[in-house]
Amino acid sequence: MTTLTESLNPGALTSGRLPRMAEPGILIGAAIAGLTIAALIANGNIALGVVLAYVIFLITIEIVARIVEGPRQAADRRARSLIVGAFVLALIPLGSVTYEVVKNGMARFDLNYFSMSMRNIVGEGGGAAHAITGTLWVTGIASLISVPIGLMTAIYLSEYGARSKLAQSITFFVDVMTGIPSIVAGLFAYSLMAMLFGPGTVSGFAGSIALSVLMIPVVVRSCEELLRLVPNELREASYALGVPTWLTIVKVVVPTAISGIVSGVILAVARVIGETAPLLIAAGFTASLNNNPFSGPMMTLPVFVYDSYAHPGIPPQAYLDRAWAGALTLIVIVMVLNLTGRLIARRFAPKTGR
Amino acid sequence: MTKPVLETSATDPDGMLASDGPDPKRHGDPVFRGFATGAGILILAILAAVAAFLLFQGAPALIADPATLTEQGYGPFWAWVLPFVFGTLWAAILALVIAVPIAIGIALFISHYAPRRLAQPLGYVIDLLAAVPSVVFGLWGGLALAPAVVPLYTWLNTNLGWIPLFSGAVSGTGRTILTAAIVLATMVLPIITSLCREVFLQAPRLHEEAALALGATRWEMIKLAVFPYARPGIIAAIMLGLGRALGETMAVSMVLSGSANITFQVLTSNNPNTIAAVIAQGFPEAFGLKTNELIAAGLVLFVITLAVNMVARWIVSRRAAYSGAN
Amino acid sequence: MKTKLITAVALVAASSLALAGCATNEGSTTGGGLSGTLTGKGASSQKAAQEKWVADFQTANTGVTVNYSPDGSGAGREAFTAGAAAFAGSDRALKTDEMGAGKFAGCAADSNALDLPVYVSPIAVIYNVEGVKDLTLSPQALAGIFAGTITKWNDPAITATNPDAKLPAAAINPVHRADDSGTTENFTDTMNVLAPSVWTWEADGLWPDGLKGEAATGTSGVVQAVTTGTNMIGYADASQAGELGMAKLLVNGTAQSPTAEAAAAIVDNSPLESGRDANDLAVALDRKAEGAYPAVLLSYAIVCQTYKDSATANLVKSYVGYMASAEGQAAAAEAAGSAPLSASMQAKVKAAIDSVK
Repeated sequence: MTTLTESLNPGALTSGRLPRMAEPGILIGAAIAGLTIAALIANGNIALGVVLAYVIFLITIEIVARIVEGPRQAADRRARSLIVGAFVLALIPLGSVTYEVVKNGMARFDLNYFSMSMRNIVGEGGGAAHAITGTLWVTGIASLISVPIGLMTAIYLSEYGARSKLAQSITFFVDVMTGIPSIVAGLFAYSLMAMLFGPGTVSGFAGSIALSVLMIPVVVRSCEELLRLVPNELREASYALGVPTWLTIVKVVVPTAISGIVSGVILAVARVIGETAPLLIAAGFTASLNNNPFSGPMMTLPVFVYDSYAHPGIPPQAYLDRAWAGALTLIVIVMVLNLTGRLIARRFAPKTGR
Repeated sequence: MTKPVLETSATDPDGMLASDGPDPKRHGDPVFRGFATGAGILILAILAAVAAFLLFQGAPALIADPATLTEQGYGPFWAWVLPFVFGTLWAAILALVIAVPIAIGIALFISHYAPRRLAQPLGYVIDLLAAVPSVVFGLWGGLALAPAVVPLYTWLNTNLGWIPLFSGAVSGTGRTILTAAIVLATMVLPIITSLCREVFLQAPRLHEEAALALGATRWEMIKLAVFPYARPGIIAAIMLGLGRALGETMAVSMVLSGSANITFQVLTSNNPNTIAAVIAQGFPEAFGLKTNELIAAGLVLFVITLAVNMVARWIVSRRAAYSGAN
Repeated sequence: MKTKLITAVALVAASSLALAGCATNEGSTTGGGLSGTLTGKGASSQKAAQEKWVADFQTANTGVTVNYSPDGSGAGREAFTAGAAAFAGSDRALKTDEMGAGKFAGCAADSNALDLPVYVSPIAVIYNVEGVKDLTLSPQALAGIFAGTITKWNDPAITATNPDAKLPAAAINPVHRADDSGTTENFTDTMNVLAPSVWTWEADGLWPDGLKGEAATGTSGVVQAVTTGTNMIGYADASQAGELGMAKLLVNGTAQSPTAEAAAAIVDNSPLESGRDANDLAVALDRKAEGAYPAVLLSYAIVCQTYKDSATANLVKSYVGYMASAEGQAAAAEAAGSAPLSASMQAKVKAAIDSVK
């Protein structure tokens, strides 16, 4: 693709070209100019300097390219500069979030944090073992509920539904479901439990139900998308061998898409593992370890983070440190999940030659 | 939300294979199909249950006498909820105005500009951003972002204060609706990006190469071959992002200094609150009719997201008809 | 292939649970006379104190698990009424029309509920103004600042009580709670009682609409906003004020600091609410009381007079009894910065708890 673009680049045939080094040169010049101006007028404010440098670069390259290469090439360069700029801009919040979380989280990211709960702990010390366990339980059960339902629905939509009324309405309502505010999901699970088991019943399982409501549509969307990408030739080959539809799906279609499905499921887990509002309402709050998801409140990491931040005791810093360490733990869990998911997917995916 | 190019001609081969002789393995077919259909119907049932629950629990606030609501609740329902409806939409729109151009830029960068070797890790990095918990965004927005943007806001207010958007008394803490919108934008960015990226990657390679062969620059090729094909997908992605931005609770509640007023000023301390944040902030201390009103507010939010998705669907289906790729 | 995958996933899940599913500080030994699980729910203001009480109580009675979830006073009262919590923590006493025998699912049919004061915390007026170390505010100035009628730090109403402070000519940025809270209810009540001509709104857990000012979620949100902003003023539990300056309030001509003693004094000097059961200790706070700091949050434990379940009654009696005891109050003062109840109030609460069956 790249070679194709370059060899067919029409600019070379019809108009002048800027020398290869022109763009980097202008970039360096703009950077120096921008930072100098910032140093002179704003006491060396780096952010202002970078913004100025970018603007100077955009203007200069636009003028130079317009003169040498003509308006079409200038537009091309402008678009590229803007697109690369957008990408760099988006890295700023990611970098900033990571930096803040790692910087503040390392203070309590120690062995005690993972081996102790908050039972009988006041002030400093303690850990989030109970919250980590709770998060694993709640998210695990939510996945056990959501993945089969989501995957089967996706199979229905891509393999059976075709363009039926039912399939269309399911697709539509799954999209609507992605927009359910997380707090509404929590309220729903809470009152469902209240209806079934009496008022005020909170448990890890109730939290799982709330998370499932949020997770199912994500699983459906990504699985459906991936099942549709499985080439029809594979299905037809299987049918031609006399394999029934359901076996074709189980043995051919799903395994072909398995790598994508796994990473889709992992992304769905990542999406709900950090949910706070529904768990606050549905899974409750405790300082002790609870390994029974069907009885009694169960602490989860996001709730632990939120609570440590929102209702600190004395000294407040100890609570804040635990909150940041919890945030760091959440991100690490999600990263590990992502990586394992991708590795498993790669390991088990059939070789498609694509 | 992307509509794949693949036509589903072979999706229901039952008819084709019906003439086959009886095969014990084939008994699995109706069972499996039943499970698949059942799962789909179960989803509809769950959604109906959520809606029914909201309606049932919110109804007392909707039918109660305004005087009773003033006495025991937060006040007459529609008057009470209106500023929050505005705040919800306003924050979400601001977030999209920030996020959409950047998201499309990133998606294009990954799909058409970055070297192939780099594209996949970059996509992974952006996906990771989608996984950062909203509490963390809340902590980050309140403790790191808000103090950092105060000088910028002061500058905007002094130099561009004549624009109504930037007028008013600038906030001393930076915890304004613009900050909340930046946090929301960061949160919806990965969603919009990953969907747009998928759509851009699916743009027909032949169209792209034809455009290049006719002498188009890369940008012209994108305008000619990629955007027309991807437009429904982009709109769908934006709508999904909007859905997320509308319903986000914790991050907004931790970052925004919100109250019940309607204003377009984005730099002051008096910002309209969002529905989700109001529910989270009021629910623990609410009882009786107040609880009903909060749940009715949740119903309003639900209806808004429903409407957004319906509009998105409608646009996609209308646009799809014009797309050459289908 | 699929089974292999499922096995792999299951293995990963199981091993991570096995690794995480234990906590080194949770022993299995049993000691102390009591056992069982006690569920309390309610005010988040009590959370830090409850944490300490729970820890002490569980250490003394290793067979007991106490869960106090700080969901909010409203949630606590609702859960208690519905029988979902054995006791509630609440920033206000139950109103007389909320009381009544038979209204509470967890109590015996003929039993009423009791309001027991257990937690007193001064609400500090916190500020962050460069160069200002000491600040004394008259109730009128305080109410004026939060009502938006006083907008500059060098307003005569403020300089009059602070002749030595270098108050800037900058705008005042008041911060209030965005969420519904007992802290706001008590703070607005204080302004309403002490400066009714300036603060015309009635006491409410929600800040009145339409006032200028910054809104922040939770005590931490307010403290964070006051700390990170410039020329800020807000209100928060004194224990959470940290490095921030705390203003003195002028009551009856004396400047009162938000100290534990001054806060406890108000509870002592206030009468009990009339028209209640003998053991119901709902206090009618007198914010004009002599020698007391007026902005005080008084939080209750709400329990049954008679429980349906005698085991629960025993747990509640000994746990709430510990909360209100001299040791319990001292422990809370240390862990949460609350003001210990006076000895006479402790005695009254003890008598009430002894009557619980």
